[in-house]
Amino acid sequence: MLKATRTLAILLAAGLGLAAGAAQGAGEAKHPHAPPGGWSFEGMFGHYDKAAVQRGFQIYKEVCAACHGMEYVAIRTLGSPSGPGYSEDEVEAVAAEFRVPAGPDPQTGSLVDDIGLPRLRPALPSDRFTSPYPNDIAARAANGGALPPDLSVIAKAREGGASYIYSLMTGYQEPPPGVTLEAGMHYNPYMAGGQIAMPPQLVPDRVAYEDGTEASVEQMASDIATFLNWAAEPELEFRKKLGFMVISYLAVLSLLVFLAYRRLWRNVGH
Amino acid sequence: MSHQSTYRPTGPFTEWLDKRLPVPRLMHDSLVDFPTPRNLNYWYTFGGILTFCLISQIVTGIILAMHYTPHVDYAFESVERIMRDVNFGWLLRYAHAVGASMFFFAVYVHIFRGLYYGSYKAPREVLWMLGVVILLLMMATAFMGYVLPWGQMSFWGATVITNFFTAIPLVGNAITEWLWGGFAVGNATLNRFFSLHYLLPFVIFGVVILHIWALHVPGNNNPTGIDVRGKQDTVPFHPYYTVKDGFALSLFCILFAWYVFFAPNALGHPDNYIPADPLVTPPHIVPEWYFLPFYAILRSIPDKLLGVIAMFGSIAILFVLPWLDRSPVRSLRYRPMTQIFFVGFVVACGVLMYCGGKPAEGVYVLWARLATAYYFAYFLLILPIVGLIETPRKLPDSIAKPVLPAPALAGGTPIGATAAPHTDG
Ligand code: HEC
Ligand code: HEM
Repeated sequence: MLKATRTLAILLAAGLGLAAGAAQGAGEAKHPHAPPGGWSFEGMFGHYDKAAVQRGFQIYKEVCAACHGMEYVAIRTLGSPSGPGYSEDEVEAVAAEFRVPAGPDPQTGSLVDDIGLPRLRPALPSDRFTSPYPNDIAARAANGGALPPDLSVIAKAREGGASYIYSLMTGYQEPPPGVTLEAGMHYNPYMAGGQIAMPPQLVPDRVAYEDGTEASVEQMASDIATFLNWAAEPELEFRKKLGFMVISYLAVLSLLVFLAYRRLWRNVGH
Repeated sequence: MSHQSTYRPTGPFTEWLDKRLPVPRLMHDSLVDFPTPRNLNYWYTFGGILTFCLISQIVTGIILAMHYTPHVDYAFESVERIMRDVNFGWLLRYAHAVGASMFFFAVYVHIFRGLYYGSYKAPREVLWMLGVVILLLMMATAFMGYVLPWGQMSFWGATVITNFFTAIPLVGNAITEWLWGGFAVGNATLNRFFSLHYLLPFVIFGVVILHIWALHVPGNNNPTGIDVRGKQDTVPFHPYYTVKDGFALSLFCILFAWYVFFAPNALGHPDNYIPADPLVTPPHIVPEWYFLPFYAILRSIPDKLLGVIAMFGSIAILFVLPWLDRSPVRSLRYRPMTQIFFVGFVVACGVLMYCGGKPAEGVYVLWARLATAYYFAYFLLILPIVGLIETPRKLPDSIAKPVLPAPALAGGTPIGATAAPHTDG
């Protein structure tokens, strides 16, 4: 029995050690941190704060969407009860505020409008949050050569996730003496390399929150990070709930099998 | 099978079938009545766990393949669609991605178990070598699977690893272009990797059947490393070990589920959520954790060709291990000197894994070199020499003797006659 416990302890330690082994250093950038109070969606019982996700979406819509698309996120998913949870009507209204490529003109077959720009139409809930630029070349041209990345999975594509986004958005500061910025760059110690082409986005009261919350920089950064985490992991609430049930089930099963094992081997020396 | 069959057909149909295709008999003799040493500990439950891992990868993989598109323009998007639009798609994908890590965790435990209890020694050399073949196939499968989501690490990992082949003199470049199906990792590469990633698990399945066959001819080794000497040393596989393995598997599933549901991306690299871009090289290209020790061996040698040879050699050496270890005693329980060197070996593997995830500079290079040297010395110097000079501890007379209380022994077949002292392991 003692030996068995030892074996299990070694295995468990090795299994959990995997995580440590996999965590790779993020380079020279400053380590990101969560807002005070942490994230509601962390931990075993994590869930999204619906109001925060909705406020975050407002920031995306009014600020970030000018440069960033979310090509893998369908507008209809804004109705998800484990996310922003908007009503069907609200989702339709939101969709109509976005423009997506309209495809060829049914009469002329033309892909561009009267002034030579790509034809656009109001979005439907079934559309995605397409990039505001017709292509990467246009996106770079409008941003001094830098490409604003798609934000669909950005929370999973950076070490630190939501905390990274929060830290990045609140981390702009004057460059320390000795650091010279390249043309068009801004100092931000959380960005790998310390310089980022995206200008600071959040200043106090950058948006007027629909729910009346005071729009401080920290508040907005925390809300947009929550929203982008939902965009990257829309299944999170369900996943954690299911995980809790699965592990509870397995724990009971293990106990029963263990008792059966003890009973079976009771009279067998080993 | 090496033991007398005890299968009795249960009815007219099974009796009819038994004379034509005795599958139930095969199953009965290998999974129900198979005589198994009574002293197997929890380290021996990983064989069953590995079978579970393989089946789980195949089932989740086949369903993923129904929704996945092996094309450079659509692969990343199709994986995102699996995550968002396929019912329980996130569960399938996370179970498959985490499952690969769990599979390697289990196989490494299984291999260290074999190293410790001397399971590679006669008469189990073929069993051991088939295991090494499975390890190689698993590595190829996992490497190609990691390319499929077509993220930054997929692309750059594939580029770095396939570039090893350019180190081969004269024909290196030709071989590499042949592997790529072009002049760089591209759509042709992705397509063939998908095809092979689908194929290899079934090849693994076939080799696993041979592996189990080769196990059932000599029978299981056990923690004492001494041979089974009669019925008193064994119990039938079912129910004794089905229940013990079942308990271990259930605990293993808790660890598995914890990663799938609460930390599904902890074992992966965030860069793989950035779509592959041949024009942007990530600052640190790191393989999956289970390749890190081999990656560290590769980088610890300054010459490219020699590095590649050392990396492949670190696995190839396992094939000849049965003939490198000169000791007549199997289990390290009774080999006090080797035991210490074995701990050193486990530490060296840990150091290699750690260094493989760090940039190849400064102190990490030194550690990786020392650990690489120890890794090879363990097989090429320590095992051949120590086996000859070490005095083993006294072996028990039989498997049953140290565990059975005296009355139980008296009730069984008299074993005194057969339990002659032996040193031949
Ligand atoms: C004026 C256009 C513009 C707006 C508006 C904008 N961004 Fe950006 N963003 C960029 C550009 C350009 C980059 C690329 C920066 C680089 O590569 O240096 C970028 C990069 C990013 C990154 C990735 C940083 C990294 O680690 O590579 C994140 C995250 C991000 N933006 C979030 C946001 C959020 C959240 C908002 C809304 C509050 C927003 N952006 C609004 C232009 C914009
Ligand atoms: C030995 C068993 C197997 C191992 C070790 C393995 C390993 C892997 C790995 C490491 C990935 C990348 C996961 C990720 O980061 O997304 C992957 C992806 C994939 N595998 Fe497998 N696999 C196995 C069996 C199979 C089988 C049998 C199939 C199909 C019949 C399959 C189909 C797929 C598909 C379609 C993907 C891409 C989707 C994705 O990335 O999640 N796999 N595999």
